[in-house]
Amino acid sequence: MSLLEIDDLTVKYGSISAVRGAAMTVASGEVVGVIGPNGAGKSTTLGAVAGLRSPAAGRVRFDGTDVTGWSPDRMLRAGLALVPERRRIFVDLTVRENLLVGGATVGAAERSRMLDEMVELFGALRARWNTSAGYLSGGEAQQLAIARALMSNPRMILMDEPSLGLAPVLVDLVFGLVEELRRRGRTLLVVEQNAVRMLQVADRAYVMRSGEVVAGGPSAQLAARADLFEAYVGRSAS
Amino acid sequence: MTELIQQTVDGLGRGSEYALIALGIAVIFGVMHLVNFAHGELITVSAYVAYFLFTLELAWWVYAPVIVGTAVATSIAIEFVAFRWVRGAPDFTMLLTSFGVHFVVAALFVMFVSANVRNFDRPDWITNTISVGGINLEVFDLVTIAVTAITLLATVYLLQRTMFGISLRAAAEDFDTARLMGIRSNRVIRGAFVLAGVLAGIAAVFVLMRTGRASPTAGLTPMLKGVLAALIGGLGSMGGAVLGGFALGLVEVLLLARLPDGWVGLTNGIVFLGIALLFTFRPQGLISVGHAERV
Repeated sequence: MSLLEIDDLTVKYGSISAVRGAAMTVASGEVVGVIGPNGAGKSTTLGAVAGLRSPAAGRVRFDGTDVTGWSPDRMLRAGLALVPERRRIFVDLTVRENLLVGGATVGAAERSRMLDEMVELFGALRARWNTSAGYLSGGEAQQLAIARALMSNPRMILMDEPSLGLAPVLVDLVFGLVEELRRRGRTLLVVEQNAVRMLQVADRAYVMRSGEVVAGGPSAQLAARADLFEAYVGRSAS
Repeated sequence: MTELIQQTVDGLGRGSEYALIALGIAVIFGVMHLVNFAHGELITVSAYVAYFLFTLELAWWVYAPVIVGTAVATSIAIEFVAFRWVRGAPDFTMLLTSFGVHFVVAALFVMFVSANVRNFDRPDWITNTISVGGINLEVFDLVTIAVTAITLLATVYLLQRTMFGISLRAAAEDFDTARLMGIRSNRVIRGAFVLAGVLAGIAAVFVLMRTGRASPTAGLTPMLKGVLAALIGGLGSMGGAVLGGFALGLVEVLLLARLPDGWVGLTNGIVFLGIALLFTFRPQGLISVGHAERV
């Protein structure tokens, strides 16, 4: 059974439909990518799942429960954490304080345990523990945003454009982290414009264009479909 | 030199009251982007409670905790009755709401109590002085400064070392992202109003000890000074608000003491001129806060 089911989802901005009838599933332990050109409705879909936007129609089910329209904090408490676009870390708080805020929904003992786990998983952050997050590099800030989402020990993580605005070497770092999280059995739904890299790390992917899901399947199959890839993503997978 | 030290202590005493009020205003501004012009009502309501305690002939040591408790209860009530319903509305709507609360509370006291000033006894000791190395210092100033220092240290501990404080600072920086992290908006906003109430309540104890009177506008001047202090410090900066409060108190006292006779009435005018000059050269106030928005 799927952990997350998105069924016939429609999201509107005023009278304009940004997402039309989108359907996706994510099974427990899977890394699923959502790729497509700018303006395809990828982030809007993610926002509707995370509770940032109310869908005009359709259903979102998480672990069998209808969570359509739930607020972001309620979704988090249900076990679904978001790494927002452009990271949105708290620049006036230290690295440690950012992580503590990420663990606001769990008890003190669990928070302390997760803090230790983040120290182990994100070695680069350990040296910057008491540094204001505003002084972090782009790569460090992205690591912090992912670590902060992990602090609530969620059952599933949504990532919105994790490589956006990063230098190529830092893009490698971010996708390396996605792979590491997959090895650790985490469930991820990742919206990403960098389709080539996304398909390299995802188990499955969906391709969106103009608000609709136009293709979906195992990453290897999608990457091999040069026609689809060039038509909808705008460049060759090779 | 002796005079200057005495005036500095006097200025820090007055600045302590402004700093506590300004810090409360900065805390509320942080989580709601609201310059709370209803903040003075915490002092107004506390003043009438102090007057009521006076009519019961109670001792002043009873006043202090009751005044702080009154300010906290008033702060919670104002948030619940007025601001909760306009949360998320444009900043200007919340600003108008805060003006509305100020005028409604003042009108209620005029209607149901009196427009006249009600006087009550001040504690005997507040005019006492002690001599340290030939410098005469007012006991009241020293007590005000000491209590303010302890209060500010406790507030720093609360904001830096507790989950509530860290959550409040996160919400002050980016409320939407704080909610994404699971921080409950009701809890953090209510907590901010409680903290602002405690700070205003402690300030109210000193204001009322010094003035010994209650009136429908008792909190107006302290609130305006608190807003000014928060602006001087850099709206949205909690440290800036404290700094602004002490700076405003010091400048006021030094001007009052040093201006020639006949010019003392210009004190407020000179202070405002100084603030205008400060904002000309440093519009963000003494401490810059990237995420703050001016209303």
